[in-house]
Amino acid sequence: MRQAKSLALMAPALAWLFALMVVPCALILALAFFRRGIYGGVEYTFTLENLALVFDPLYAGIFLHSARIAGLAALIAVILGYSAAYAIASMPRRYQPALLFIAVLPFWSNYLIRTYAWIVLLNREGLITQGLRVLGYEGEAPSLLYTEGAVITGLVYNYLPFVILATYAPLARLNPEIAEASRDLGASGWTTFRRVTLPLTLPGVVAGGVFVFVLSIGNFVTPALLGGGQFQMIGNVVYAQFLTANDWPFGAALSMVLIALMTGLLMLQTLASDRATGGATGGPQDG
Amino acid sequence: MDRRANAPLMLAILAAVLAFLYVPISVLVALSFNESGLPTVWRGVSLRWYAALWHNSDILSAAANTLKVALVSTAIATALGTLLALGVEQRRRRGRALEALIFAPMIIPDIVLAIALLSFFSLAGITMGLHTIIMAHVVFNLAFVCSVVRARLKSFDWSIVEASQDLGASGLTTLRRVVLPVLMPAVIAGALLAFTLSVDEFIIAFFTAGAGRASTTLPMQIFAMIRFGVTPEINALAALVMGVSLIALTLAQRLNRGGMVAP
Repeated sequence: MRQAKSLALMAPALAWLFALMVVPCALILALAFFRRGIYGGVEYTFTLENLALVFDPLYAGIFLHSARIAGLAALIAVILGYSAAYAIASMPRRYQPALLFIAVLPFWSNYLIRTYAWIVLLNREGLITQGLRVLGYEGEAPSLLYTEGAVITGLVYNYLPFVILATYAPLARLNPEIAEASRDLGASGWTTFRRVTLPLTLPGVVAGGVFVFVLSIGNFVTPALLGGGQFQMIGNVVYAQFLTANDWPFGAALSMVLIALMTGLLMLQTLASDRATGGATGGPQDG
Repeated sequence: MDRRANAPLMLAILAAVLAFLYVPISVLVALSFNESGLPTVWRGVSLRWYAALWHNSDILSAAANTLKVALVSTAIATALGTLLALGVEQRRRRGRALEALIFAPMIIPDIVLAIALLSFFSLAGITMGLHTIIMAHVVFNLAFVCSVVRARLKSFDWSIVEASQDLGASGLTTLRRVVLPVLMPAVIAGALLAFTLSVDEFIIAFFTAGAGRASTTLPMQIFAMIRFGVTPEINALAALVMGVSLIALTLAQRLNRGGMVAP
């Protein structure tokens, strides 16, 4: 009786999710194994060509390039985010929730707008160039926008609050007496951090880093806006296959590899954090 | 935590990171009030660029589309998500597959859902427009509503449901007169969250909007505009959108104290 009622309550939502999430995602997996039609449609004959093309040096190179950019963004975001979380956790307890809220608030504004804010700062006649002029710089305005640095800055800026959330939780839970014991036994502040605090909060650090990496590697908005199409990341290639090149099966194959990569990393991270803490802490859900 | 951490250093780090987070958007907001419209010449505070938005028909129709999508998808998602939460929390045993299915829309990358739905709608022969954006937005919105309502249900006293039924109320009456009034703050918080997410959502809308300008939403309009550089109008629009999200977020937070910090 109770089970039947529960099923009836869940049925509309589950039907919606099945029709508009499970089926479309399964469709993408299937599409990767079909041939591209002559007029851009799909021809239903089985092929492995699309998957083989993903590993062609050209596209494998774009994958590696995207991974490098995403990796750098993750590294910088982890360093900045962990420092900020550490600083928040070291403040008096009563201020911590408010500080955390302030640090995460920008995350709630529109992604496009946060990215646009960097166009305002970095463009050739933007504020940074103007600042240089005020300081007496006369030469040609440096080209800051449409560079790899601009893309990495944009990714770090957008995803930094994720890292702050993921690393603050384990830092705040840490028993201060452990660090104090380490100091009392003669360890310096730096040694205490490196040998005690960091290892104990590592699952949060890894979770934050993996999150930024996964969100960055498939991103197409930031490279499109801050990279200006100067170079392609894998998200832009997927985007082009679906919206301009009209090679859906290849687009599907690219996304399949991308999804496999993302899922693999997230699962590894979950496994690692479960092992490190017996499943009690860590993981982005702690935010 | 090390309570003997170097306090001035910690303050400096925090100030630097907060500056990194807030300077870009603050510059944007400040410029939106600049009479001159140039990033370098400050000619006093003015609402001129906000007024200009009011006369831009592209922006107005995009805003109207966004409002339609957000309102309809929020309404559907709130109903489905609340029922889903009630159904799930009543079960004594919940399989991992069920949890994964409910959780998936929140963690699946936008681009994946976007291309999956684009392929699905095209191959199924469904003409795309505002209605397909709505259908797509319900997918992730219902998951968020469900998770907010479920959090509230964890502390829900199911014995009042039994009491209501013992006193002769039907299932529907119990839902309407007993369960929903208790859950209402969480349901409204979930709906506000869904509304905010829908208003802000760009990638899925971009892929499922179909051809033509008729179903352009505000984020799509913003994307099209900022690809071509910086204008004082976009600054004003950006500041306005941020203000609206901030208000919705504050409301949701008030209704659902301590329940959520991040999406």
